Amino acid sequence: MSINPDQTLKFSPMHRLQWEEVQQKNVILYPEGMVELNQSSAEILKMCDGTRKLAQIVNDLEQKFATTGLVNDITAFLEVALKNGWIQQN
Amino acid sequence: MAGSNKTSISPPRWLLAELTYSCPLQCPYCANPVDYAKYQSELDTEDWKRVLTQARKMGAVQLGFSGGEPLTRKDLTELVKYARDLGYYSNLITSGYGLTEEKIIQLKEAGLDHIQVSIQASTQELNDHIAGTASFQHKKEVAHLVKKHGYPMVLCVVIHRENIHQMPEILAMAEELGADYLELANTQYYGWAHANRDLLLPTKEQFEQAEQIAQAFKEKVAGKMKIYYVVPDFYEDRPKACMNGWGTTFLTIAPDGVALPCHSARELPGLDCPNVRDYSIEQIWNESKAFNFFRGYEWMKEPCSSCDEKEKDFGGCRCQAYLLSGDMYAADPVCSKSPNHHVIQEAIDSSKASALAANEKPLIFRNSKNSRLLS
Repeated sequence: MSINPDQTLKFSPMHRLQWEEVQQKNVILYPEGMVELNQSSAEILKMCDGTRKLAQIVNDLEQKFATTGLVNDITAFLEVALKNGWIQQN
Repeated sequence: MAGSNKTSISPPRWLLAELTYSCPLQCPYCANPVDYAKYQSELDTEDWKRVLTQARKMGAVQLGFSGGEPLTRKDLTELVKYARDLGYYSNLITSGYGLTEEKIIQLKEAGLDHIQVSIQASTQELNDHIAGTASFQHKKEVAHLVKKHGYPMVLCVVIHRENIHQMPEILAMAEELGADYLELANTQYYGWAHANRDLLLPTKEQFEQAEQIAQAFKEKVAGKMKIYYVVPDFYEDRPKACMNGWGTTFLTIAPDGVALPCHSARELPGLDCPNVRDYSIEQIWNESKAFNFFRGYEWMKEPCSSCDEKEKDFGGCRCQAYLLSGDMYAADPVCSKSPNHHVIQEAIDSSKASALAANEKPLIFRNSKNSRLLS
């Protein structure tokens, strides 16, 4: 599954993204399951708010972390997220 | 007994709240203990709130409201709301019996995250027979309503000899109902299922055929529906990594407040499982005899103790070792390395003989009368 650059990305309403204090981690919760996220994955998913497209997410994260060259890593992770149903495009 | 090294204890992640043993259904593979009828005294609302608070503080985040039928508890909505405020992800594990649209909306507003509806078969006749209650049409209606109100919908079908031939129809039904997840739970032979095993255990050929059909379906619906396939361990060479390891992840609280490392652990002798009426969840999880009993590896016997796979499957299931070999420290007999492995083949043969017998004994349905007879 690949990301359509012309469509916005939105976190799935069938999942919940939440900070877990005890684990000091963000997690994705869904029926009978949980995925623990590292910091960069969580930052990418938080950008999927239904207003941004791929290029904007890359741009915003590169600005936020004052770096460049994130496009490949972000795209690869978003493809995994889409395949797992954590995010949606429309 | 091992596992006194407290620094190695990981906090609970999953809390299974068995709110009640009462249930309008009578499924003959119910996971509740066969002698459930003798445990009458249910925790009250304040007890449950205390349990939820204490377990959440320790790190539990996935919460299952189960039973029995959790809908029979009048305080269910109140507990759902309380759990949501604490930050739990709440799963309602229900037969759907008695669930109305009004209640579905009320639970959604209270913050329930997901509803798992069980269906016993793909036809009304078989569903109602296995459930021991006319419930098929209502369950399908409930599945539609769950979807309509925006919940992720998990359809759970327990698979056994009476319904395994319906696999193609069960899959078609899940698709028609718009399930987001389909749990195909091959019967695990504890509790009532253990008592009815001769009538429930399918043959290896039946398993393999059903698995093939389910696998092809999984590929077909990839991206639309997720399939959870609970493995039929009697036909495996290695045991399941039961509970992800004893006292590492799962905490079950029974209706009367007894805390269990797995929902079958009540059947094991001498564990002295603690009650939440007497101890905090932290004391129970970290300090109780029961939760430390099979932590780590020191309790193991051969062939487990020197096995290079022990960190993968933890020697399998303690309850199954006890039920099938009489020794809860033994390797799970499912393992081909177990000296008791022959009991698995004997169970398979016995079940096959029963299926071929002219006058097969009837299923023992899960109800209070039978529970008293079996205790």
